[in-house]
Amino acid sequence: MIRSASLNFDGDDQRIVITGVGLTAPNGDNLTDFRAALLAGRSGVDRYHIRYVGDTLAGQCHFDELKYQKRKELRRGTRAGSVSIYCANEAVANSGIEWDKINRERVGVYIGVTEHGNVETENEINEIKAFNYDTKVWSHHHNPRTVANNPAGEITLNMGITGPHYTIGAACAAGNAGLIQGAQMLLLDECDFAIAGGVSESIHTFGIFAGFASQGALAANEDPTQASRPFDRDRNGIVVSEGGCLFTLERYSAAAKRGAKIYGELVGHAMTSDASDFVLPNPEQQSRCMNLALQRARLNAEDIDIVSTHATATTSGDIQECTALRTVFGKSKRTLINNTKSFIGHAMGAAGSLELAGNLPSFEDGLCHHTINVDNLDPECELPGLVLGEPRNKQEVNYILSNSFGMLGINSAVVIKKI
Amino acid sequence: MTNAEIREEVLEILESIAPDEDLSQLDDAVNFRQQLELDSMDFLDIVMELRKRHRVQIPEDDYVNLASMDSTVTYLTPLMKDIERV
Repeated sequence: MIRSASLNFDGDDQRIVITGVGLTAPNGDNLTDFRAALLAGRSGVDRYHIRYVGDTLAGQCHFDELKYQKRKELRRGTRAGSVSIYCANEAVANSGIEWDKINRERVGVYIGVTEHGNVETENEINEIKAFNYDTKVWSHHHNPRTVANNPAGEITLNMGITGPHYTIGAACAAGNAGLIQGAQMLLLDECDFAIAGGVSESIHTFGIFAGFASQGALAANEDPTQASRPFDRDRNGIVVSEGGCLFTLERYSAAAKRGAKIYGELVGHAMTSDASDFVLPNPEQQSRCMNLALQRARLNAEDIDIVSTHATATTSGDIQECTALRTVFGKSKRTLINNTKSFIGHAMGAAGSLELAGNLPSFEDGLCHHTINVDNLDPECELPGLVLGEPRNKQEVNYILSNSFGMLGINSAVVIKKI
Repeated sequence: MTNAEIREEVLEILESIAPDEDLSQLDDAVNFRQQLELDSMDFLDIVMELRKRHRVQIPEDDYVNLASMDSTVTYLTPLMKDIERV
């Protein structure tokens, strides 16, 4: 049961479960392939070229864009919309719900994004450059492409959903924010079936690469697969990635009634703010966030089997998070800790949901996937339980806590329980 | 451009706007909207492409002339006869 600070909910109607997963990551376009890549230590980072910035690295997705969209729809919409549509359709199919019988007025769409509109705006400015910046050739498609709800809206258009939809801007905590929002909307009876999570088209904007480079936070490495190196002494910044992961969420009562496969139950969540810096994370608020999620889940730190870290491979960010993690989990002798960004880079709005999804199969196979590219652990990133080298067999996994932190000091944590 | 070249140009623009449609059976005398799934944004795409490719400016009041291939070619002929097709 999700327990908020001030409200008490009881009963299976107020328990929220994950019944479907649809995803695209740089190393897999469904949960089975993604999980296999994680267990095999397979990176999805590759060489990448983008205008003005030039040659760089990125995690690119390779899902079939025409699986759920026609060419015309692809042309009309955005990349974020395309990622969203793929993930939403995959999640719904994966959930086994009878989609043609569901009341689509009661389906809600809640998508976390770090940003939206940059890709299309950069494209348009590049187009009109050839016409001496004559705005008479500025696309009439620009506004519907750049409104912030575009990724969620494109899902509703594609799937005929007439329930509520919107995106949630939450920086790199967006994936968790989307999941939390979907769960809350189910609790508030705004919908009966939620499609929730996060997406990212970020690699298609040169600005994000240039911005991180100017901050001194963009990774570089001769071998792309070794570029994303959270916790490693020689880490040198972020690999930007695109991706998406959407979950279908239902009340436990409804999911059980139709015999749905249940990936896990959302039993705790928290979001806090640092209120200290635009960019530099605050370990005190990060640990307060994790503790709040644990408190709401009515758990102690040592009850958590796996912690999925946020760590993006910036010099200071990793250290701050490890300080927070040691505060919360330092005394637990049984909690294992891993990192997914070492495999796929930073999938921005999709990061939180992809990283959670990659760990959910642990409930079934008892394995905790490892963290790659840690050849020399930074002493300031020492964590008891950090899994390096190869997956660890924990035999039984019952609780996963997944962290996502973002700029402007946004913090999020979710706790999932095996059902 | 000749009438035939103008038609080719318009067809090329339609192919990019409606990439899933089969245009080989297009009836030039019949309205586009009766044969293809085109909405108002698609028609603006036609206007925009003509503007970008050939600097042809079509006032809003004249959009009604773009109803069919025949009417489109007839309308564009005086505007595009001196333009060379690349």
